[in-house]
Amino acid sequence: MIALDGIRKAYGTRSVLAGVSLGLVPGRVTGLVGPNGSGKTTLIKLILGLARLDAGRILLDGAAIDDDGRYRRRIGYAPQAPRFPENLSVGEVFAMLRALRPDDASDESLLQDFGLRAEWDTAVGALSGGWRQKVSLACAFLFTPDVLILDEPTAGLDPIAAGVFKQAVRHARDAGRTVLITSHILSELEELADDVAFLSEGQLRFAGPVATLLERTGMRRLEPAIAALLGGLRVTQGAGAAESPSIAHPRRA
Amino acid sequence: MSALSLVLRAGLRDLARNRWLLAYAVALGLITESLFFFGGTGDQVVLSLLNATLLLVPLVALVFGLMHVYASREFIELLLAQPLPRRAVFSGLYLGLALPLAAAFLAGLGVPLAIHATRGGAPWVALGFLALAGVALTAAFAGIAMAIALRTDDRLRGMAIALGAWFGLAVGYDAAVLAMVSAFGDWPLERPLLVLMLGNPVDVARVLVLTALDASALLGYTGALFRKVFGSALGPTIAVAALMLWTVVPFVIARRRFLRRDF
Repeated sequence: MIALDGIRKAYGTRSVLAGVSLGLVPGRVTGLVGPNGSGKTTLIKLILGLARLDAGRILLDGAAIDDDGRYRRRIGYAPQAPRFPENLSVGEVFAMLRALRPDDASDESLLQDFGLRAEWDTAVGALSGGWRQKVSLACAFLFTPDVLILDEPTAGLDPIAAGVFKQAVRHARDAGRTVLITSHILSELEELADDVAFLSEGQLRFAGPVATLLERTGMRRLEPAIAALLGGLRVTQGAGAAESPSIAHPRRA
Repeated sequence: MSALSLVLRAGLRDLARNRWLLAYAVALGLITESLFFFGGTGDQVVLSLLNATLLLVPLVALVFGLMHVYASREFIELLLAQPLPRRAVFSGLYLGLALPLAAAFLAGLGVPLAIHATRGGAPWVALGFLALAGVALTAAFAGIAMAIALRTDDRLRGMAIALGAWFGLAVGYDAAVLAMVSAFGDWPLERPLLVLMLGNPVDVARVLVLTALDASALLGYTGALFRKVFGSALGPTIAVAALMLWTVVPFVIARRRFLRRDF
């Protein structure tokens, strides 16, 4: 489990995250949503250690993450805008990642399902944005990590590839892995997410099961529910989250 | 294989196929070959190559290095999201930039020189110093480029800073020194001028190569002072040591920024 405990981050004088507490639970897919500049990518970067906390703690299974970086062995990450060295082939990118993590077993199923073998010798610079996204997602899933952090994962994917990706996320969830997804395509999140965490102006405005958010806002779909939150509806915390920063997860309750 | 060597290997593979780097090596080769073609002798060719090296190498290392780091930003994030120490990632990235640039410089100069040097009379010491100076300048300015790129995320601003640094060190520095000499001519300026000279890697590289050639007239005020104070035996050693320091300092500054900054 990943627990964010009162995390704060500012860039210069601009506060990006102002005391966010949130729990991400194994076997659940959490959709991280919020308007542009709400702090979603910064939150992800803090979990990965790409940016440093100003205050608060991030715990992975109870242990605070540190500069050592070994904890990242357990995390698979697909960035918002994936770019690899332009002149490396797809095969060389995967070979490099495998060589960097020789002790970790790799799972090539997503690589196969995306048809990346057909582009194995193609230079990454010659790939379209969608194919680069496939490479990035296959890299994130490659080592069957306990935690998957996927920043706008379906951007540029064709419908078939998006379907393959969603299936892979469901498999990961069913296997008890923790999945955090940010996306502006709320209909996709609605398909995948068990929980939703809504960030606005650096603060967590809602954290809880999707069903609770729909119930609280009186909406049937995620998109109008989020719009209602954005519109200023005062929905604070989902069921069970008032006592704890963790997202409620009724299936495990 | 260590994380450093794996990141380095990826960088080498990437840049070995980079067309701009190839164009850089070919351009240097053409310059060298044309100098021989138009009838230059050994010393004259080295002097002309020295001028080309002092202008081109810092400029290419700065501009190419800066663009490379900016273009690699997302890849750096991907590497840092792996269970790797930041130090190893930085060292791999730096060497993956500096080594291909230095190899392109050596290939561009080395191939025509190797062909023509067999005809005899080559000033080997000066050529060795020129090669050393070119590699050291490449390493120093690649480090400066990384330090600038890690300091500012604004590519336009980064490029302006890099071009300003190049102009200041490769073009404007001598003019500033001359202005200082003429303004404070009555003062004892030897020590400050020597410090100023050692504070510019381009100037140090120039003096290092000229100490091996019979071209006192080209040493300039600071170069002549350098030779007078340190002599022809100690001078090259001090110049080489200063150039080595110039390769280390930007590396250390860039590394420090890399270890501390948010991505």
